[in-house]
Amino acid sequence: MNGVENVLEVSGLTKVYGGLTAANNVDLAIPEGQVRALIGPNGAGKTTLVGLITGRVTPSAGTVRFLGREVGDMPAFKRISMGMGYTFQITSIFAKLSLHENVALAVRRRGGTTAQVDGEVRAALGEVGLGDRIEQLAGDLSYGHQRLLEIAMGLAQKPKLLILDEPTQGLSSGEVTAFKALIRGLAGQTTVLLIEHNMDVVMAIADHITVLNFGEVLAEGSPEEIRANGAVQSAYLGGE
Amino acid sequence: MSDTGKSLGLHLGLLLLLLALNWVLPAYHHGNLARIMVLAIYAIGYNVLFGYTGLLSLGHAMFFAAGMYGMGLTIRHLGWSPGPAVIAGILSGLGLSVVVGLLALRTTGVAFMIVTLMFAQSVFLTILYFTEYTRGDEGFVIQQAQRIWAGIDLSDAHNRYLAALAGFAICLMLTWFLIRHPFGKTLIAIRENEERARMLGYNVYRHKLGAVIISGTISALAGALYGLLFGYAGATFATVQYSIFPLLWVLLGGAGTILGPFVGTLFMFYLIDLSSEITTAYMLVAGVALVLLTLFAPQGFMGELRTRLIRWLP
Repeated sequence: MNGVENVLEVSGLTKVYGGLTAANNVDLAIPEGQVRALIGPNGAGKTTLVGLITGRVTPSAGTVRFLGREVGDMPAFKRISMGMGYTFQITSIFAKLSLHENVALAVRRRGGTTAQVDGEVRAALGEVGLGDRIEQLAGDLSYGHQRLLEIAMGLAQKPKLLILDEPTQGLSSGEVTAFKALIRGLAGQTTVLLIEHNMDVVMAIADHITVLNFGEVLAEGSPEEIRANGAVQSAYLGGE
Repeated sequence: MSDTGKSLGLHLGLLLLLLALNWVLPAYHHGNLARIMVLAIYAIGYNVLFGYTGLLSLGHAMFFAAGMYGMGLTIRHLGWSPGPAVIAGILSGLGLSVVVGLLALRTTGVAFMIVTLMFAQSVFLTILYFTEYTRGDEGFVIQQAQRIWAGIDLSDAHNRYLAALAGFAICLMLTWFLIRHPFGKTLIAIRENEERARMLGYNVYRHKLGAVIISGTISALAGALYGLLFGYAGATFATVQYSIFPLLWVLLGGAGTILGPFVGTLFMFYLIDLSSEITTAYMLVAGVALVLLTLFAPQGFMGELRTRLIRWLP
């Protein structure tokens, strides 16, 4: 990777909405291959921060470097085509198109022949366990399966940085277990930024955790360090 | 047989049927069908933008008129022959759609509708303003002698029919290929969920611009052919009414289907034709038919057919 150590480097990132500071001077660096979890109470600014990283939200201040390049001025689609994969917190699929076409759209942007695209589509859907529903319409899937389709679309982009916004919301416990295995399987090849509420998932698959609270980084460290951190506990549990 | 094979067979079959009808139809319906095919080209152009990309334009008459006048004025004032004149018409539509696309696509939704409507009004007023050249509302006739191209008299009923069919066939198959191409599939993705398409790394703006240009250029071809084959160019074709027509045809026939534009144009044409034989209030009949279709077949003929019976219909 051209000697770049950190896939993503964010510094001083700030977003102010009227009187509300949703992200306040956030610094974040994610080395290649790491699975990084971003946690924090509701309203801590997690989704805003990810929006700033992907370019869906324009920052009030601060810089974003991706693969060693300053991407602050790039529109979202360019950052995605550079290798950011993004899955939506609120399921966002092509409901009237087949599962195959949903994933094919994710694959095709990188080019390739029809046969190559088809092969990658089947592989990605197989990985999330939807391999037997390829021709179904995405809108006919259950909510949990639509979440899995989102993840398949993220994987199919073969991103350098995969950003998952609350991927396990609405999944059954069996599906969550399969999801954990899937992400662990990516470790080392794909850098992952995971926003997650389910602490079981976070503790099981994250190499490193960043805790946000009121738009600021409250703590950062390994799962063990975060578990032992008093400030994190009080932010989550409320009060001393 | 694969879905692709069936689909190709269906569309080529329709074209062969239309070709055979050239020698079968009585004169009246023969003339009607030639007209319907040219208008269906216009609807095909409209469908690329509305049906496949999900952008509702209320100003497509400007592209139709650009083609018609690009063709008509070069014949009338420069003495061009029909071939180059039609190309001039197509290029006029291409140029106009680039300009309109670049400006109108800065807006979305209702604002896009209004902006396209306004652009079309300014094209209409421009035609009136240059009455000296365009003969304004009154329009001008393209004489029979000016409609002979490479020895073929395009005012002759059979030649006219075949020319209309050729244009229709090209545009029909062009859209058939377009929506199989990654570009066309991306347009559908944008229609279905624009934000998701953007967050898969697609340049939504550029794709929409491409759709406006393809749509406007096909509409211009329709305008050029209409003026040439039926020997008249007039400002009526640039009015709001002619922007609404393709919307109705496409809605009736099935937005986002390849055959919908043709089916809708055919249906609407004969609905008005037949009801005007019965009553002078024929627009009332047309209106009731439209209301019924909207209530019971909101996806249009081909759209309903696809949902209920033929899943592979493109």
